[in-house]
Amino acid sequence: MTAMSDLTKLTLAAARDGLKAKSFSAVELTRAHIDAMDRNRALNAFVTETPDLALERAALSDAKLGKGEAGAMEGLPIGMKDLFCTEGVRTTACSRILENFVPPYESTVSANLKKAGAVVLGKTALDEFAMGSSNMTSAFGPVINPWKRKSDPSARLVPGGSSGGSATAVAARMALAATGTDTGGSIRQPAAFCGLVGIKPTYGRCSRWGVVAFASSLDQAGPMTRTVRDAAIMLGSMVGHDPKDSTSAPVAVPDFEAALSGDIRGLKVGIPKEYRPDGLSDEISKLWEAGVDMLKAAGATPVEISLPHTKYALPTYYIVAPAECSSNLARYDGVRYGLRVEGSTLDEMYAKTRAAGFGEEVRRRILIGTYVLSAGYYDAYYIKAQKVRRLIADDFAKAFETVDVILTPTAPSAAFGLGETDDNPVTMWLNDVFTIPTSLAGLPGLSLPAGLSADGLPLGLQLIGRPFDEETVLRVADVMERSAGFSAMPAGV
Amino acid sequence: MSYVIQGETGDWELVIGLEVHAQITSKSKLFSGSATDFGAEPNTQVSLVDAAMPGMLPVINEHCIEQAVRTGLGLKAKINLTSVFARKNYFYADLPQGYQISQYEYPVVGEGEVILDMPDGSTRTVGIERLHMEQDAGKSLHDQHPSKSFIDLNRSGVALMEIVSKPDMRSPEEAAAYVTKLRSILRYLGTCDGNMAEGSMRCDVNVSVRKAGEPYRTRAEIKNVNSIRFVSQAIDYEARRQIDVYEEGGEVVQETRLFDAAKGETRSMRSKEHAHDYRYFPDPDLLPLNLTQDYVEAIKAGLPELPDEKKARFIGDYQLSPYDAGLLVAEQATADFFETVAKGRDPKLACNWVMGDFAAAMNRLGRTIEDPPVSAANLGGLIDLIADNTISGRIAKEVFELMVETGKAPADIVAEKGLKQVTDTGAIESSIDAVLAANADKVAEYRGGKDKLFGFFVGQVMKATAGKANPAMLNDILKKKLS
Repeated sequence: MTAMSDLTKLTLAAARDGLKAKSFSAVELTRAHIDAMDRNRALNAFVTETPDLALERAALSDAKLGKGEAGAMEGLPIGMKDLFCTEGVRTTACSRILENFVPPYESTVSANLKKAGAVVLGKTALDEFAMGSSNMTSAFGPVINPWKRKSDPSARLVPGGSSGGSATAVAARMALAATGTDTGGSIRQPAAFCGLVGIKPTYGRCSRWGVVAFASSLDQAGPMTRTVRDAAIMLGSMVGHDPKDSTSAPVAVPDFEAALSGDIRGLKVGIPKEYRPDGLSDEISKLWEAGVDMLKAAGATPVEISLPHTKYALPTYYIVAPAECSSNLARYDGVRYGLRVEGSTLDEMYAKTRAAGFGEEVRRRILIGTYVLSAGYYDAYYIKAQKVRRLIADDFAKAFETVDVILTPTAPSAAFGLGETDDNPVTMWLNDVFTIPTSLAGLPGLSLPAGLSADGLPLGLQLIGRPFDEETVLRVADVMERSAGFSAMPAGV
Repeated sequence: MSYVIQGETGDWELVIGLEVHAQITSKSKLFSGSATDFGAEPNTQVSLVDAAMPGMLPVINEHCIEQAVRTGLGLKAKINLTSVFARKNYFYADLPQGYQISQYEYPVVGEGEVILDMPDGSTRTVGIERLHMEQDAGKSLHDQHPSKSFIDLNRSGVALMEIVSKPDMRSPEEAAAYVTKLRSILRYLGTCDGNMAEGSMRCDVNVSVRKAGEPYRTRAEIKNVNSIRFVSQAIDYEARRQIDVYEEGGEVVQETRLFDAAKGETRSMRSKEHAHDYRYFPDPDLLPLNLTQDYVEAIKAGLPELPDEKKARFIGDYQLSPYDAGLLVAEQATADFFETVAKGRDPKLACNWVMGDFAAAMNRLGRTIEDPPVSAANLGGLIDLIADNTISGRIAKEVFELMVETGKAPADIVAEKGLKQVTDTGAIESSIDAVLAANADKVAEYRGGKDKLFGFFVGQVMKATAGKANPAMLNDILKKKLS
């Protein structure tokens, strides 16, 4: 019997195997994580904790394990980003406007995970409506990264965003894994900031049904885990064609774990020259070079490639995503559910409700989106952005004629401190400069921890694959993970 | 002579275009599985998608696509193999998503035409600009509570076709004929039940006026005109209002106006300054709609005979006048009824009976062609009795009324009531002889040149035979006797 605190240090794969071997029960595993949630509540990773539901589920899992009917995620405690609607459990999107919203339905992805046996510990925090890169835009307070700077352990660092609650929960060993969603980098950047593996699969891999929408043409769910194998296991239980989502792809679900063959000999890895902007830190540059060396050592061939429209990706994203968000968030009007602030007229009720219900970043993006779709600006902004988006996708398509996977940094820096950024929102937006092009092209992107900064903080590298070729991305990531040997843990965990 | 309104400053021509919203006949909504039954309790036909709950996504109802394509083909229109759903963004309490999913730049159906059957039997062609699919909004109920409005989302998400005409109509009558014909085509196709009272078909009317030879002037859009009669009324009122404005030196403003059926007038709803900016953009929740030519061809192959074709066939095969044929084909059920009656019989006689006594009885009794006062078989039987001289046309009218009353077959009525026509030459001759003998003075007058008395003798013989004498035989024999 393993000590309870050790149970939280297991990988998802090891916990799965331990449950199957009856080394411990799902209830014990779940209880260990509930204890960890109690100890780490100050990190503010969870918006809503559901320990009772989790223990009930775990008991069911134990029964299934006993009968040999275990699903792929049977009895494994995970965090659920509070953007996935969960039946009977409050779903807030970390917005005041949905503060008391309890959906009468379950999102397809969370339902898939539950069907596979996953035990949901609670709902993890995010930037409001997934709009942010720091978790500071949540209506329910910032989430704290468990990692500390060697130089200043007292500084409170952000976990990244928007899936920051999930990242902190997994990094602080409060959950074996957690779901994230990624619109412009919301899985990959917090994974990088918290020393985790996070994969945003190909657009269309995971159903968006029941996921509170931010930008429909970009939103995609994915797992956040501590290892590549864990990501492969969990991804397999999230994906699948869903007739309820017209953009869900009718493609077969591969055995992602089986793709981890350890053999990447002969693979060509693209190194895009445009991902070396002025001012890229030495640390990130070196990490990237070290990544190239790992791949070379494993028998892959680095190839310099050009993705010429990369520099337009960020402005393009900040037209497309706000445009869609301005429309997607119109339903939060105080009429049917969520917050309502009464007014003397319908228009006044709308204005008061939405002013009180949405935070500053959400309001900013709704305004930008409304502007770029307005008569007289639509062609200059939205149409132009769609054209550039096509060019960015074409860049990747051309590159993938010669390479099998692309390696880039995930984020331009390590985790920063709360309140260390200036007030210019664009500074914050730059966090996603390396992840956004992949999102615009709808491609799978994975971040894995590849090393520590001089100040002791995790740094991530990103692997980008062909559409629906998560298997190659995971295989390469698995090999790099072994080479990097990233074993550091946040202090105090 | 084209339609004009005479003003102080001369004659004014009307320019009219219509946007018809037709509810697609479908068991479920355009993007959800909710039912679409009319008259259900408020908010009982609302899915999570229709209520725009967080994270809900639209999935296109394939039956609605088929119906739209079918309608396009019925309007002889171009079917666009690629079309795109777009969001039309605006806030209103009965619009749960905060946008309506519609088609904007790329509608599923392009240009087509509708041929109008005018009351004088002539035809006119009105161009169709486009047809697109869109969701209906819910309904705001402002009369349920002194200070609150209630929302019924049963209609939210119901599939509509917006059918936009070109500004090709020039009179209220043409507009009415257009709506009538469009409704007829939709009902033939089974793509819309055309029930204007239940809101299955609603019209927005664009009206402007101009002097002959001028380019188009500013138009006003009249919203939600919900009967064919109101279409004519609204156009007439609006055209006269605009003429007054111009003739008083004013300018017509482009605006949306509402037709007040009670007062028979239009009034301003909102002016262009307050016009919505709908911020249309392609709906990222839906892929572009791609159809194959084979799919379209398969739907085309399954189209029924439509009113225009049927009318041409009735004129050709049955030798009916364009006017009669147009009336008979307006409703498919009427056309079918007529064809059952006419089969193997004199079509002109069948037409006269269907449009004459039969239609009169149906209207008088408030019956419908689906629930007719006399079955097609019995009406046909009646015509047979006339054709084989069993009864005269005059007796037939009596028999018909008895058929309506009793529901009995005409032959049975004729037998029961002894209405069989007298075709026995001897019997007719003896009746004539008796009448001539009793009216010797009149016979003399007739022979003296007073031809008009012939009718008198016919009347007397008919009276004597209780109307059963075969009129042709009576005429022949009487003529011989009097000559």
